[in-house]
Amino acid sequence: MVEQVAQVAQMIVHGEAWTVKDLFVLPNEYVYWSIQIVMYPYMTGLVAGAFVLSSLYHVFGVEKLKSIARFALVFSFALLPVAMMPLMLHLMQPLRGINVLMTPHFTSAISAFGIVFMTYAVIVAAEIWFVYRKFIVESIHRLSAKTARSSYESLLLMIYKLISLGAMDDSKEAYAADHKAVKLLAGIGIPVACFLHGYAGFIFGSVKANALWMTPLMPVIFICSAVVSGIALCIVSYYVFMEMRKWAAKRGKNYLLPDGLAHGSAAINYDELKSVQDHEVRMTSKYLLIFMTLALTLEILDMIFRGYTAVKSWDILRDVLFEHDFFKIFVLQYGIGNFLPFLMLLLPGVTVRRAVIASCMVLFGVFMMRWNVVIGGQAFSLTFNGFMEYHLPIIPHDVETFKEGLGGALLVFGTPFVIFYFLNMIFPAFYVDDEGH
Amino acid sequence: MKRRDFMKNAAVFVTGVSVSISALELLDPQEVLAANPELRWGFLVDTHKCIGCGFCVKACKIENDIPLEANVTRTWVERYVIKKDGDVLMDSPKGALNGFTNKDIDQNRSGMKKVDDKDIAQAFFVPKLCNHCETPACVQVCPVGATYQAKDGAVLVDRSWCIGCGYCIMGCPYGVRFFHPIEHVADKCTFCYHRISNGGNTACAQACPTGARMIGNLRDPNDPLTKIVMGERVGVLRDEYGTKPQVFYIGLNKEVH
Repeated sequence: MVEQVAQVAQMIVHGEAWTVKDLFVLPNEYVYWSIQIVMYPYMTGLVAGAFVLSSLYHVFGVEKLKSIARFALVFSFALLPVAMMPLMLHLMQPLRGINVLMTPHFTSAISAFGIVFMTYAVIVAAEIWFVYRKFIVESIHRLSAKTARSSYESLLLMIYKLISLGAMDDSKEAYAADHKAVKLLAGIGIPVACFLHGYAGFIFGSVKANALWMTPLMPVIFICSAVVSGIALCIVSYYVFMEMRKWAAKRGKNYLLPDGLAHGSAAINYDELKSVQDHEVRMTSKYLLIFMTLALTLEILDMIFRGYTAVKSWDILRDVLFEHDFFKIFVLQYGIGNFLPFLMLLLPGVTVRRAVIASCMVLFGVFMMRWNVVIGGQAFSLTFNGFMEYHLPIIPHDVETFKEGLGGALLVFGTPFVIFYFLNMIFPAFYVDDEGH
Repeated sequence: MKRRDFMKNAAVFVTGVSVSISALELLDPQEVLAANPELRWGFLVDTHKCIGCGFCVKACKIENDIPLEANVTRTWVERYVIKKDGDVLMDSPKGALNGFTNKDIDQNRSGMKKVDDKDIAQAFFVPKLCNHCETPACVQVCPVGATYQAKDGAVLVDRSWCIGCGYCIMGCPYGVRFFHPIEHVADKCTFCYHRISNGGNTACAQACPTGARMIGNLRDPNDPLTKIVMGERVGVLRDEYGTKPQVFYIGLNKEVH
């Protein structure tokens, strides 16, 4: 009996569990790229967007963004390993993922992933190091001076000694050099971050077999929506973390203040937190508005162009866009995800709460955009004579339906926050230093 | 030996050796073959002859270890029913593993569609398989080089190196690729490479009772396949993608993509 069940389960081919076919669809066609491939550009987008936000301060010297810039940088680093996670969860042979680095086949857009991703990781890591070098040196001095160190503090001291790489120079000239390095790295980082994400767009845009994906605008659309989602996530997270910190600072709940836990709660002051939060969130939402306009223009342009040129595939694309996926595209993505928050941010007198709610909607809108591109691109048959519908597996009944279901998606979405919690102990993202960068 | 002589002799020796080594390189049989290939596998489907029995699908699955009941297949047969009012209905239940035993057209979620015999203008079958393209999109997009084109044109998959990303499945305009339900790697028709490389026929062509399928060498002017491809009017599927497919069809309709 068990064998029989196993045999039947084995006969369910990849994709069959969540694909519903209608009319004429080729026998091998399924929704092969599902929720994890929706998560992949979403997460890389957040990484790139968060970095661009931090660079607005570091490169262009937008002083008003100083406090959120530091947070965005550390958060971008926490998001970084997670950009890889959906790919690993999606691969049928995850243990062979390393092959992409061992034998990259350079005519494939995916082959560059390892190289681009690592270049970017090195740049972000280096930038964080230069931004926090002063703090690291000070922490080493502070912790070394302590006579009775807890085991926790000893561990922290060891970590700092290790990541200081022996660079203990705390002269003014040295800090000035750090400052220069940060500016340079952030400057190099912007094109690399755009490349990291534009190239995720290229992965889709270059698939000539897919009528919906194939457009040279895809990388640019991806970059713009990436910056939008990254900024929105920074606003939301910054707000949420700040609220948590305010709440915790009042009540002395130190476990919610990982940096306070690591460095003593003296650095946290309730009133200071509040004014910083108001200012930063309102400022950042202005930049969100600029990038949203750009992203929206390109997406609409793409759609108008397809309708106007109306090549062979337009008949089926029209069915997908205006009938099958109408609700997901025009109500959820453009309505709730773009139009409403756009109005909310545009109307005068933006309050922090309104900006945060608008940002949440923007985050949802960008997620729906990824969904409509990835899943929508597989909603029709290669023959243009049939449709496929994707049903997200919610309750998993095997590893595959967990990985490529709601569980896997939530796992990917939750991980950066866990990483950030621990990263925040080492590099306090909310640490205010008037002389630092 | 004087030092000067030693140097002279050494120079002569090195020159002589390098010249002969470069000669060896010039005569590398693989390079010669690539420059002037004698073999390029091609395939011919005569849609007029296909009766939709599905023997090819069954033979292929058994020969290539694709589970019979799994809803993926390396080759399949499509049925086209063109009605007098211009409507076109198509189906391929289980890839026509068991042939077409029902007159009703399988429209998946929309159910079985009945068509009255007197409403039918024409009906025919079209077998499909990997086109072993000259410029294959799947090979281009494979990030690790696990799918590759052999010198004789066959497009193959290295099962031990495929990471299972599915990019090739997305990249193929013909939908011939799928994930093998047991091996968990990308899979597709190989033209029965293990058989044709040893002088055999493909399993599908061998099983076809009407001779609708034929494999051959496009570089050999005397090959029966080449004679038909050169001498008759044949078509290929979806050439607008620039993949230069090498499976040729006799009697291709505009309804067939």
